[in-house]
Amino acid sequence: MWAVEITELTKDYRLGFWSRERKRALDHLSLTVERGEVFGLLGPNGAGKTTLLKLLLRLIFPTAGTASILGRPLTDVRAHARIGYLPENPYFYDHLTAAEFLNYAGWLCGLDTAARRDRSRKLLEQVGLAASAGVPLRRFSKGMVQRLGIAQALVNDPEVIFLDEPMSGLDPLGRRQVRDLVLDLRRNGKTIFFSTHILPDAEALCDRVAVLNAGRLQDLGSLQEILRASVDSIELVLHDPPPQALEALARFNPGVTRTGSHVRLEFSANVDADAVLDAARGAGARVVSLSPVKLYSLEDYFLSRVRGATPGSEPSGSKEAERG
Amino acid sequence: MNRIAAIAVHTFKESVREKVLYNLVVFALLMIGAGLVLGSVSVGINEVALVNLGLSAVSVFGLLIAVFIGISLVWKEVDRRTLYNVLSKPVARSEFILGKSLGLVLTLVVNTAIMTAGFYLVLWYEKGRLSGADWAPLQAVYFILLQLTLVVGIALLFSAISSPALSAVFTLSLYVIGNLLGDLRALGEQSGTALRGLLRGLSMILPDFGALSDIAPAAHGELMPASQILTHSVYAVLYTIVLLSATILIFERKDLR
Repeated sequence: MWAVEITELTKDYRLGFWSRERKRALDHLSLTVERGEVFGLLGPNGAGKTTLLKLLLRLIFPTAGTASILGRPLTDVRAHARIGYLPENPYFYDHLTAAEFLNYAGWLCGLDTAARRDRSRKLLEQVGLAASAGVPLRRFSKGMVQRLGIAQALVNDPEVIFLDEPMSGLDPLGRRQVRDLVLDLRRNGKTIFFSTHILPDAEALCDRVAVLNAGRLQDLGSLQEILRASVDSIELVLHDPPPQALEALARFNPGVTRTGSHVRLEFSANVDADAVLDAARGAGARVVSLSPVKLYSLEDYFLSRVRGATPGSEPSGSKEAERG
Repeated sequence: MNRIAAIAVHTFKESVREKVLYNLVVFALLMIGAGLVLGSVSVGINEVALVNLGLSAVSVFGLLIAVFIGISLVWKEVDRRTLYNVLSKPVARSEFILGKSLGLVLTLVVNTAIMTAGFYLVLWYEKGRLSGADWAPLQAVYFILLQLTLVVGIALLFSAISSPALSAVFTLSLYVIGNLLGDLRALGEQSGTALRGLLRGLSMILPDFGALSDIAPAAHGELMPASQILTHSVYAVLYTIVLLSATILIFERKDLR
């Protein structure tokens, strides 16, 4: 049995109350998520990630297609006893404290009083909010709300956990804690289905990813398979190079950016690095660094797909124009 | 049932924490003021006026809470997206609507009970002692609660299909019209066939708040026959069930964007 099975799921939004015009937010999407895997849903803003999660959580209803969670159709509310959900930019009740809110969440999941108290205490410790258990949520920072959101998603010890942009609003320490938490959940056999537009998060956590663009499934597989080597580039940084060094390197067709006394030259991934270094040194340039650049922005990835070329292989002129 | 109880208790707690019960302070001041003013009037008139004023205040304060909390009850959870957390748990949308409405009714019952106790305190202070006839206003309080339950149902229905501002206008309008249904019927009897049919139809469909108003007789110590109490109670409960069912039907199909 799949943790999540989606078949031809489609969602159209009406553009206004009176309007007959519709916008397709999700277009015949089909995919499956295995039990026990960390599955990333990637895509730029507006790709349909949140729409898909809302459909799975029956917050909105599909125009066409079907889906099931743990073998139960979306219409079966019993499946929700075995799932957890963190919405994007969550907002909770101002008048409750963190402990009261988790108690309420546990009550909705059918936990008895003792279990709710015990689970709330453990979860608040786990997300680093134990000291704030009695603080009203109106005094919580965005990062604290995000952590509490993760805690409430785990209150019923779910088998499948849906996280919509879980790193949003978190500082580096918080992001690291969430990463560790997700990995810990995977070790305990949980299935994690999370959306993000930040590739390092996905790279660090996901067994497999689905890439959405404009409501359509663009790619499905491991991240390494999707972001092939061709999208990488190599960056050479020189300290105040003489003009003849740049002339010598121009034959490798780099993108050139000046930052103070440093000049950054970005070459396509398949450039001969030794030849580049030899050319730079031979012309008297002082090399600061030479490093591979991975594509960390999914937006860049989509731009490259739209243009039919990888960012690293774009002409240098166009890159310089972009950087403006 | 457990989940409905959780939502109801949470709704009640929210009302209390958001200082809805502060209206009781205004009510207390009003009753104390009335007691002081009416203390100088002759005894018989004093009592009737005090009961009238007290019950009217209970009704108006309850109505304001029922309308203005009722119209934002669901809308606020949708607008702030707190509903996402609730519906991601094993909670049916119907359970959410029932829990929210029960929570508001619980708030109204507690609020009304405290106001009624305050009213009797002033009455006891004015009269020195309470006799059997003085308990007639309790019947009026019961009918006020029936009215408020009906108002909650109307406010919830409108809040599921329109904005809070429009919902408030629609709910208050229905309350006013519902209090004038007797006059509408009388007008219909004196009108031409078409208008008579229309007014008869309207008076059958619209909620009859007038029939559920018992303040004036209660002020004079008059009690309603038991059969009439039962009929009116069944009417109010059935009407509320219809309103809640309609709200649930609409809400079950609503996209929460």
